[in-house]
Amino acid sequence: MFDGYTASELVSIFVMQGFAGLILFSVFLLMALGLAIIFGQMGVINMAHGEFMILGAYMTYLTSHVFKGAFPGIYGAYFLVAIVVAALAGAALGWLLEWALIRHLYHRPLDTLLATWGVSMILQQIYRSIFGAREVGVELPDWLMGAFHLSDTIELPVNGVFVFALTAAISTIILFMMFRSRWGLQVRAVVQNRPMAGAAGINGTRVDRMTFALGCGVASIAGAAFTMIGSTGPTAGQLYIVDTFLVVVFGGAQSLFGTIASAFSISQSQSSLEFFMSGSMAKVFTLLTVVGILLLRPQGLFVLKMRK
Amino acid sequence: MLEVSNLSVAYGESEVLHGIDLSAAEGEIVAVMGRNGMGKSTLMKSLIGMIPHRAGSIRLGDADLSQLPSHRRVEGGLAFVPQGRMIFPSLTVEENITTGLIAHGDRTIPDDIYGLFPVLHDMRKRRGGNLSGGQQQQLAIARALVSKPRVLLLDEPTEGIQPSIIKDMAKVLKEIRRMMNLTIVVSEQVLSFAMDVADRFLVIENGRFVDEVAAADADEGRIAAYLSV
Repeated sequence: MFDGYTASELVSIFVMQGFAGLILFSVFLLMALGLAIIFGQMGVINMAHGEFMILGAYMTYLTSHVFKGAFPGIYGAYFLVAIVVAALAGAALGWLLEWALIRHLYHRPLDTLLATWGVSMILQQIYRSIFGAREVGVELPDWLMGAFHLSDTIELPVNGVFVFALTAAISTIILFMMFRSRWGLQVRAVVQNRPMAGAAGINGTRVDRMTFALGCGVASIAGAAFTMIGSTGPTAGQLYIVDTFLVVVFGGAQSLFGTIASAFSISQSQSSLEFFMSGSMAKVFTLLTVVGILLLRPQGLFVLKMRK
Repeated sequence: MLEVSNLSVAYGESEVLHGIDLSAAEGEIVAVMGRNGMGKSTLMKSLIGMIPHRAGSIRLGDADLSQLPSHRRVEGGLAFVPQGRMIFPSLTVEENITTGLIAHGDRTIPDDIYGLFPVLHDMRKRRGGNLSGGQQQQLAIARALVSKPRVLLLDEPTEGIQPSIIKDMAKVLKEIRRMMNLTIVVSEQVLSFAMDVADRFLVIENGRFVDEVAAADADEGRIAAYLSV
């Protein structure tokens, strides 16, 4: 399939597709981190995770409109505000959902699956009623337009670089919180042994709610980033949720580093293959590889080794 | 200090504890002796709230803890060292101990904990799961102690521990009682260990206390008779 390309062309193709893959990686990673934290902590598979992402995207869209109308002079700053708005909206809705629905369904994984799927459909309809069925897009501010020219054949879009930097920053913050903060310590204790964490003095219920809210907030940040690379529609979240599950399972549901490695390998192979095959063939190829590896390593890429 | 009255616990329809009464004074070490399956662990787990009870009350000082979730009972002054130790295997030793600090919002591990268990200080960056059984037992006790309990519950602390270390553990428990003046309720099958530490023995059989002996007039043969199969 590499016939007809010169060596330098191939290098350019791989660099640029690799970079396109990095943007996909960013969205996957933010989505998967939220999903993995929630699943690891509570055993809840959140089928509405994609809709939390879209919530973030719509919040970004709204924020950009407010800025365009009220403060056109500083339109360039809208995205930074939008990230905060998206994160807060996602976290608030997540907090509410946990309180109203999820906490009544613990220990019933199939029921949470159904219930969150229902929530996802309700949210889709709400988006459709409020924002309309047509996809909406945001106008990128000037400082995010254009591209860095690395050579005659290689150029990297500024918005992509920005999204990637944002993802790196947020992932670092999440990892730091998980492994250095009091909250993270409580999450990890509850994940390993919920009854014993309670008997050691940890309030598992409160940790659950915070974790669910945080996971949803991160998904909404993914949605804010998503507006730079795609347009937002009521069902756009559905396109990402399956891939995100794939990332979480492939990485090993207990390991955040596994999630990172898995998001990277899946997005990169997807993106590089897409150039040489059709999009769906690339997906088939990626899926087959993942299935093959999971057959050999059912526990996922990364597993902690220790005495039990 | 600790007043348990008429505590009943059931798994589904089958009742395992039938109205247990148990009291322990401040600074007292009480040993609950009994064979496997007599209800020792059920008693311990229901005291800390890991399993629900059907009836009865658990009072510590003036407070009734019986309706509270586990973490509130820890705030109220109970601490638990479970059978099989149940340390968090992928957390470091330091992090394991820190989980016990959260109930009272404390920030730092007191020095006297590492004074009691110097080996935990040497291994504080290692994962809990990589410690030996005896070290894990010390870790589980340290985790319980940092929540500043008034009553410490230990469920079969000698299980799976080498005989030489069992001797040390008896010494440490008495040292802890002396330092912190806390009440200790320990469930046990190993009579020699219980004879070393306890002020009073309660014998449990089929979910009821059937005998009570003070250490002063404890006759090893009489308790051993309950433990033999």
